[in-house]
Amino acid sequence: MAVVLKTDKITKSFGGLLALDEMTLDFREQEIVALIGPNGAGKTTFFNNITGMYTPTSGTVEIFPPNQKSVKIQGMKPNLITELGLARTFQNIRLFGNMTVIENVMVGRHCRTKSHIFGAVFQTSSFKREEKESVEKSFALLEMINMSHLAGNLAKNLSYADQRRLEIARALATDPFLLLLDEPAAGMNPQETEDLDQLIVHLRDELKITILLIEHDMKLVMKISDRIFVMNQGRLIAQGTPVEIQNNPEVIKAYLGE
Amino acid sequence: MQALNESGSFFLELFFSGLTRGSIYALIALGYTMVYGIIGLINFAHGEIYMIGAFVGLTVAGILSILQFNLIAILVLAALFAMVYAAAYGYTIEKVAYKPLRGSTRLAPLISAIGMSMFLREYVILAQTPDFVSFPALTEGLFDLGAFSSMIQPTELVILIFSFLMMAGLFILIKKTKIGKAMRAISQDREMAMLLGVNSDRMISLTFMIGSALAAFGAILISAHVGQINYNIGFVVGIKAFTAAVLGGIGSIPGAALGGIILGLTESFATGYVSSDYEDVFAFGILVLILIFKPAGILGKSTTEKV
Repeated sequence: MAVVLKTDKITKSFGGLLALDEMTLDFREQEIVALIGPNGAGKTTFFNNITGMYTPTSGTVEIFPPNQKSVKIQGMKPNLITELGLARTFQNIRLFGNMTVIENVMVGRHCRTKSHIFGAVFQTSSFKREEKESVEKSFALLEMINMSHLAGNLAKNLSYADQRRLEIARALATDPFLLLLDEPAAGMNPQETEDLDQLIVHLRDELKITILLIEHDMKLVMKISDRIFVMNQGRLIAQGTPVEIQNNPEVIKAYLGE
Repeated sequence: MQALNESGSFFLELFFSGLTRGSIYALIALGYTMVYGIIGLINFAHGEIYMIGAFVGLTVAGILSILQFNLIAILVLAALFAMVYAAAYGYTIEKVAYKPLRGSTRLAPLISAIGMSMFLREYVILAQTPDFVSFPALTEGLFDLGAFSSMIQPTELVILIFSFLMMAGLFILIKKTKIGKAMRAISQDREMAMLLGVNSDRMISLTFMIGSALAAFGAILISAHVGQINYNIGFVVGIKAFTAAVLGGIGSIPGAALGGIILGLTESFATGYVSSDYEDVFAFGILVLILIFKPAGILGKSTTEKV
């Protein structure tokens, strides 16, 4: 299967601390990849380096958007990377709390609409059409996650699990081909985790999206991942299928100690 | 009976003149509050944008009246030019004086703003004049109010109507359009908005431009009402509008409108019933009281919610 993102020896250091040490890996079309490792291994730092929040100290990140030439994105602004088709969610939920559920999703549509201030001031027909499309598309995403009945609520008043799912819907609104989920199951009960795993599989199979997942819930990881990357102390220490990872002595050592 | 009637009409006169003044404060306060909402900066050069708007309007009106345009055409074109010109100023100031300082200490852009304010005032003194110049009464003949003219002047009514229309337009823009949503998203969490594909630099520029255009619009209306301008008008009005923004709750758009109206009415009643010497005493007295009892302003949120 075609590669959608490739990192080549990306390194990130903060002063004397080496947070990422020559990480080289790739993700392929329509697969679920999990990134696991002990706390502080550098998983979220890895996410931050490929979404434009940090610029890697060295190394390259290359993405391959469908029907488009590949682009080297290290050091690019986050909004341009999102426009190329990469979206993410956060471990600590970062919804716009004082906006409604549907408005949160519509912010995600922003980069896919073209009209600007003059269209808004003069209410041109193309502006109205785009706004209508944006509402419809956002509403469809809410229906997909069974939250359309909450569309008018303020995001900050949602339950924890709903907030997590809304973050996913909002990221999907940017039309990504690669979606990065940072601990999406954190704080969810078993039933909610079950729903989440169905949603993630649905995204891969129906929407043809590649999912990169940071997760501590090993049951979820082992169940849905096609491939797993294991990090420890900023380095990639293992990669393979769930079965291979479970039997890898390096991994067991990293998790359990010598 | 006669006395009561007179006091009643005196009250209404003060009420309308306060409302007029307040709606101008509100228009300018919106610029302060929008910029604060989106990047957390008090743009002290905002008053000077207002002043420059007035000078541009004056120049355009002068040229057009030589060309013998009719009054309404002059008014519309002068306002339009002033708004576009002020928007260009707002855009440039942000790029030159604030953007390079983003990410440094909170104090740095604030000092840069004060410097920019002084620079623009001195620049207008040198490029135009340090003296008062008269401003044509562009809005005088628009309405004939007949019997009501003792309560409200035609120029005041023009200010009221147009500033309310402008504010209503802004509310719709912020509440309903994708631009408003993007701005609100940035004000809550800029990094997250960028990760959703919002070009935050462009939205910040746009915020400055909209705020500046509103200030210039207010400047044309009030200058046509008062009849004269100089390089210093932005300073006084700027301080008052800033007060209005703080009064209403800085960062809150309805708060800026409300704060402006309250401040205008307070000043007007203080002038009418006490003495014009006490106008500022009452205006700032109210500010002090609000800050003591509701530090975040009337409609401001009481907690900081920066993530």
